[in-house]
Amino acid sequence: MIREYKTIEEVAGPLMLVKQVEGAKYDELGEIELPDGEVRRCRVLEVNGRNVLVQLFESAAGLNIANSKVRFSGHGVELPVSPNMLGRVFNGMGEAIDGGARIIPEKSLDINGTPINPAARYYPSEFIQTGVSTIDGLNTLVRGQKLPIFSGSGLPHANLAAQIARQAKVRNTDDKFAVVFAAIGITFEEADFFISDFKKTGAIDRTVLFINLASDAAIERISTPRMALTAAEYLAFECNMHVLVILTDITNYAEALREVSAARKEVPGRRGYPGYLYTDLATMYERAGRKMGSDGSITMIPILSMPEDDKTHPIPDLTGYITEGQIILSRELYRKGFLPPVDVMPSLSRLKDKGIGAGKTREDHANTMNQLFSAYSRGKEAKELMVVLGEAALSPIDRLYAKFADAFEAEYINQGFYENRSIEETLDLGWKLLSILPRSEMKRIKPEFIEKYWPKEAHA
Amino acid sequence: MVEGKILKVSGPLVVAEGMREANMFDVVRVGEKKLIGEIIEMHGDRASIQVYEETAGIGRGDKVVSTGAPLSVELGPGLLSNIYDGIQRPLEVMREKYGSNLTRGIDEPALDREKLWHFEAALKYGDEVESGDVLGIVQENEVINLKIMVPPKMKGTIVDLKSGDFRVTDPIGKIKLSDGNVENLTLLQKWPVRLARPYKEKLPPVDPMVTGQRVIDALFPIAKGGTACVPGPFGSGKTVVQHQLAKWSDVDLVVYIGCGERGNEMTDVLREFPELTDPRTGKSLMERTVLIANTSDMPVAAREASIYTGITIAEYFRDMGYSVAVIADSTSRWAEALREMSGRLEEMPGEEGYPAYLTSRLAQFYERAGKVVCLGSDGREGALSAIGAVSPQGGDISEPVTQATLRIVKVFWGLDATLAYRRHFPAINWLNSYSLYRDRLSGWFKEHVSKSWMDYTARCLKTLQLEADLQEIVKLVGMDALSPEDRLTLDVAQSIREDFLQQNAFEGFDSYTPLAKQNALLELIFTYEDLARDAVKKGADVESVCELPVHERIGRAKAAPTDSYEAEYASIKNEMVSQLDELVAAAKED
Repeated sequence: MIREYKTIEEVAGPLMLVKQVEGAKYDELGEIELPDGEVRRCRVLEVNGRNVLVQLFESAAGLNIANSKVRFSGHGVELPVSPNMLGRVFNGMGEAIDGGARIIPEKSLDINGTPINPAARYYPSEFIQTGVSTIDGLNTLVRGQKLPIFSGSGLPHANLAAQIARQAKVRNTDDKFAVVFAAIGITFEEADFFISDFKKTGAIDRTVLFINLASDAAIERISTPRMALTAAEYLAFECNMHVLVILTDITNYAEALREVSAARKEVPGRRGYPGYLYTDLATMYERAGRKMGSDGSITMIPILSMPEDDKTHPIPDLTGYITEGQIILSRELYRKGFLPPVDVMPSLSRLKDKGIGAGKTREDHANTMNQLFSAYSRGKEAKELMVVLGEAALSPIDRLYAKFADAFEAEYINQGFYENRSIEETLDLGWKLLSILPRSEMKRIKPEFIEKYWPKEAHA
Repeated sequence: MVEGKILKVSGPLVVAEGMREANMFDVVRVGEKKLIGEIIEMHGDRASIQVYEETAGIGRGDKVVSTGAPLSVELGPGLLSNIYDGIQRPLEVMREKYGSNLTRGIDEPALDREKLWHFEAALKYGDEVESGDVLGIVQENEVINLKIMVPPKMKGTIVDLKSGDFRVTDPIGKIKLSDGNVENLTLLQKWPVRLARPYKEKLPPVDPMVTGQRVIDALFPIAKGGTACVPGPFGSGKTVVQHQLAKWSDVDLVVYIGCGERGNEMTDVLREFPELTDPRTGKSLMERTVLIANTSDMPVAAREASIYTGITIAEYFRDMGYSVAVIADSTSRWAEALREMSGRLEEMPGEEGYPAYLTSRLAQFYERAGKVVCLGSDGREGALSAIGAVSPQGGDISEPVTQATLRIVKVFWGLDATLAYRRHFPAINWLNSYSLYRDRLSGWFKEHVSKSWMDYTARCLKTLQLEADLQEIVKLVGMDALSPEDRLTLDVAQSIREDFLQQNAFEGFDSYTPLAKQNALLELIFTYEDLARDAVKKGADVESVCELPVHERIGRAKAAPTDSYEAEYASIKNEMVSQLDELVAAAKED
């Protein structure tokens, strides 16, 4: 029998204390019934004797201490899942909000998931072609990778994420593909941008959306990404689909977490974020991957906006320690009008080495990638020197490097959000740009590749 | 058997009452699922317990049962090539039995109870033995002979010992202790992880742990039995450095602890190491490796234990007289686990919320490294080197974990994000890194590598420092303001950076460089410097010297095959001489 308690003692911020409770379990889902019959959800944060501290998932407005009732469900927070979730829209707590037919669940899954045994993982190595040169050519994405986009306010991360969702494919396969999209505290306009983009391209039919808007309860955001990941895990590991998960914006998530931590008066780590922010983020990010016993995969693109474009802020910093690389957007490139403004030097894909090369992309990929990086780096240094000392101070070769850097930004980085380049186009473009430089400068490329791929006509 | 009831649950911390009879640091089983926990505080009859598994679903009134024993690891045949979680549960076995996700409350023995091992006795009836004496050998795999030793604190006479095939728990013989009791001997030993295994005597470390990584061996070497730390922001290549050390260090065994890091990284080690051959034995690298994995999504309390589990296993092999390296990636995650537990215990925090005992715990960990005379009457020596990665927030090494670590360790390999962006790998910053073993190891290097090794490496450091000073000037007034000598210094420094320090971990002969080749490479660079300075003195134009075509061959020299580099280097030297001579001759004609 489920017991009801009318012993709410305190409500403060997102926390509520209930006294004289028997048998509540840690992390259990609870329901609060208001005097008017409205039901809100909560979760047990701490059991201390008969006192139970719970965290509300919705706002506390209208909650009456004297007359509200609390009951505990006997299980954790769960998401009912079914293959019919594709094409549907849910709120941050996993309830359908698109007015469609009720979903008949196959099963209910705990939203916290369980850690993947590292001995049961497959190392991600299948190349995903996103059609974006700066990603495919230099920071290659592979199936099962978690690669965040570090952005800032006012930068077009949404366009880049939508472009990836639209264009991403593994070549020469017709595997089932799905997108799970979680809007975490973003504005209606930004969410609408994604939804209408998915509708326009028809991707909406293979997309599951979880929407928690800026106007929704902040505290609900703690479960939104976990709802989305639970749906993704179901689709990937039980329905054997390849799932791309886009989470935006992680910064809002971390702030909701900070709110709860502050309300509990926990000792804060850096900038007031709780000391367990790393662990907490890791339990989400690590749910990406491929594992034995299933053909599916979860590839994750979390988006976060760096406060003040500061990469050392705890949220991007801790994220970078967990994820397998990062794509960083540059305000400078954006101002110059180069889209997508991917800052290639600090961007990185840790898993690229095993996803590129003969049989995956092309034999010359690794060599040209290294050469492009080093040439662009030297070109940028030359340009900096040019600012201080004038063009005359540069040696002829450095002048060529400066020219290369400009062309690289204008042609390689700058492709717009609607151009879909194949990996061959990206690699050939790399060769074309490298041919601005003398052939003797190609120290990082094996001579046989230079012989084979060096453009026949010199760069105009 | 002490049994109590739960009073409080807060994340990984559980408080139970009725525990007055339990010992501190006893392992307990919590709730119906029998989650594994450890008592970390006692107040009257209340015990604070850190639980090594997710505590969801645990509530007031649930049972807590003490096992009466501290958290221990199983030591014996079967450890090698294996992967364990933070409290030594075998992950491969768990995958086979329970599927690809980790379920709770699993109790699997660390060592296979059914497998038979062939034991070859080395002692016989009537032999007097003390703790640490080798009873016999189990040939665990093609690389490692496992020495089965008399457990610590045992002394007496062998009354029975036989060769044959045994399971780890089967009695292989009997020992009559000095107090008259007779005890069974088995292949398996247990040891509490928080207690350092005993040895006879500690020795100063005097031989280098050769890693084949040029920047480490030449500039900032580590000794066998030494301690080192690798701090760096994300993306600076910490993990690659750690993997390279695990692959190429000239030690007998490696214990790799993935502490709060990415799951895919452990998978990478697990899938890649069996494919790699150890340059010294010609066998698979996995045969000398033990992996401990507490990935960042695994429960945080077990992260705290994983470091101790790893180092205890390493000590066990050290006690056999082997040279062992413990590589922990990353100690920051371990410190964060300490912080989280400390916060839940409502302790007064020190800096940045870390507990006040952070430094002493770190010191205790690193002090378990060292070169020692092992227990046992044969006086064999073993060494345990400890290398910890540190992940400072924002790459800011003024934070407490890095600072506490630096006070203890003797080698500091500081990774630098700007070097990493320039794709200079390994991104170890030569200006702020250091090794306090350089002097102590100089004797060994002079004897085993070459007399000039120490001079060459000192010259590298000096040239790089000069370069940093000169770069300041160049930034202000341009390259033209430099004297020809200084211009040459920049040229040589560039060569040291690009042709010697940069090393590609993913490329054949470059990934691992033996010391003799390192020495030859340095000799090549400094021969160039001497010849170039001489040529400039004789009037050659310094810019032309810096642009000599021979530079390209020097640049490719590091990738020359290990067995034939000498001829190549000699030919490069000849080319150097002739090209410089031409320049001098041209200058004289003008």
